[in-house]
Amino acid sequence: MCGIVGLFLKQDAMRPKLGEMLCDMLVTMTDRGPDSAGIAIYGDAADGVKITVQSDAGTIAFEGLDRTLSEALGAAVTVRTVDTHAVIVVPPELEEVAVIALEQRGLRIMASGVAMEIYKEVGLPRDVAARFGLRGMGGSHGIGHTRMATESAVTTLGAHPFSTARDQCLVHNGSLSNHNQMRRKLARRGVKTRTENDTEVGAAYISSRMADGATLGEALEGTLRDLDGFFTFVTGTRNGFGVVRDPIACKPAVMAETDALVAFASEYRAFADLPDIGHARVWEPEPATVYFWER
Amino acid sequence: MDANEAYAETTVLDLAATPLREVNATLQAVSGQANHRDFVIEHPRGAHAIAVGLDGPITVTVRGSTGYYCGGMNKLATIRVEGSAGPGVAENMMSGQVIVDGDASQYAGATGHGGFLVIKGNASSRCGISMKGIDIVVHGNVGHMSAFMAQKGNLVVLGDAGEALGDSLYEARLFVRGSVKSLGADCIEKEMRPEHLAILADLLERAGADARPEEFRRYGSARTLYHFDIDNAGQY
Repeated sequence: MCGIVGLFLKQDAMRPKLGEMLCDMLVTMTDRGPDSAGIAIYGDAADGVKITVQSDAGTIAFEGLDRTLSEALGAAVTVRTVDTHAVIVVPPELEEVAVIALEQRGLRIMASGVAMEIYKEVGLPRDVAARFGLRGMGGSHGIGHTRMATESAVTTLGAHPFSTARDQCLVHNGSLSNHNQMRRKLARRGVKTRTENDTEVGAAYISSRMADGATLGEALEGTLRDLDGFFTFVTGTRNGFGVVRDPIACKPAVMAETDALVAFASEYRAFADLPDIGHARVWEPEPATVYFWER
Repeated sequence: MDANEAYAETTVLDLAATPLREVNATLQAVSGQANHRDFVIEHPRGAHAIAVGLDGPITVTVRGSTGYYCGGMNKLATIRVEGSAGPGVAENMMSGQVIVDGDASQYAGATGHGGFLVIKGNASSRCGISMKGIDIVVHGNVGHMSAFMAQKGNLVVLGDAGEALGDSLYEARLFVRGSVKSLGADCIEKEMRPEHLAILADLLERAGADARPEEFRRYGSARTLYHFDIDNAGQY
């Protein structure tokens, strides 16, 4: 199972409502997967790169982090604590050094990006949304996932969305069967993954294709050729939002588009409260067909 | 109020106010002897298993889109969805009718033993998979692997059919007006004889379809998979 939701706004006026709409959609999908939940939200661009980190110890793990990290990097950083997560803004050229320093402190890296932040934890969507205040978050687009685990442990790092490059993320319903082989292939090319999870390999594959110059559309086309298994993927980039399903397409998917937004969900139920849904174009994405929107 | 007016009354069941199990239990309890046999379901909001397991000659109109398995296991009832239907609409139907005004998701009418399923929009993959006597008319297109292992009944498609139509087909009849992307294993085009035109004309009329039987092609089983062929022994 697993439940996926996604929203891509076409109008800035709706930005403040993004978190609220996305959370309502995700909570509706709760019974598709009770193990863990997460959301990637593309909010306001930071003056630097935002690194979202997590610690099971919660806020105590982030005490004094701004001072010690600033000293270690020799540059000013800011730390915003959100429950078990913290969003740390660092100068873009110091991102790699900062990630190493943060990992040495035992913090888990959720994502990095100029606009994107990822919040994910073990638990139900309702509880995860509440602890991070996700309903209050605004932005241009976002992706949410509620997980029924198959391919790796029920942990924070095993929760979706997965991010393997700046401002890029992926959520997945299904399971990949060639992920170990693909992980090794990517590793030989220097692409790092942090978990044993199949979806992370999908994310890393898309990120590495885009790093090689592929467009979002081309990278998603590539998944149909190079990834084996069942998948409905929803992916986000800083300015884009994409969907692709494997050729067998047994993992459900439905989309809706109005003048104001594009929405994705595992089931129509998640759309029931979206504005103007009664006049939306609603359709099931075709198998082995790439859909994407960019602004 | 006279007796005739009482008969014409429609019972409104609001899923925003009444739990689904209660709504379904109400519908399942209505027998052919009841006075009130017409029901409207408001605010379906994509809920699963709406109007499943009905067992009487009643009408149910669902005002909106439904989730998984709407109208499943239907007997005798006429169910109309004024929206789109999620996966498995009219799955394992025995008799009666299910009409979907919008699109239907995957495996519409799967394993149906009888009855009539009409989809006014498109149906996605695996429409009529393992059908066992149901008649299905899709006004739009059907997706890949439709009528996979279909055993009995008729699948009529006014639009196009996706890949591997009728794979491993038994004795169901498939009629397609548009293109067929590919035929599945053991499915072949067959001659359209007068008796097929008559069956098709009846189905099209009952489905309110604006199409002539002569515009369709018929597909069916080549029956080469029915028995083990000793020449294939080496392949196992």
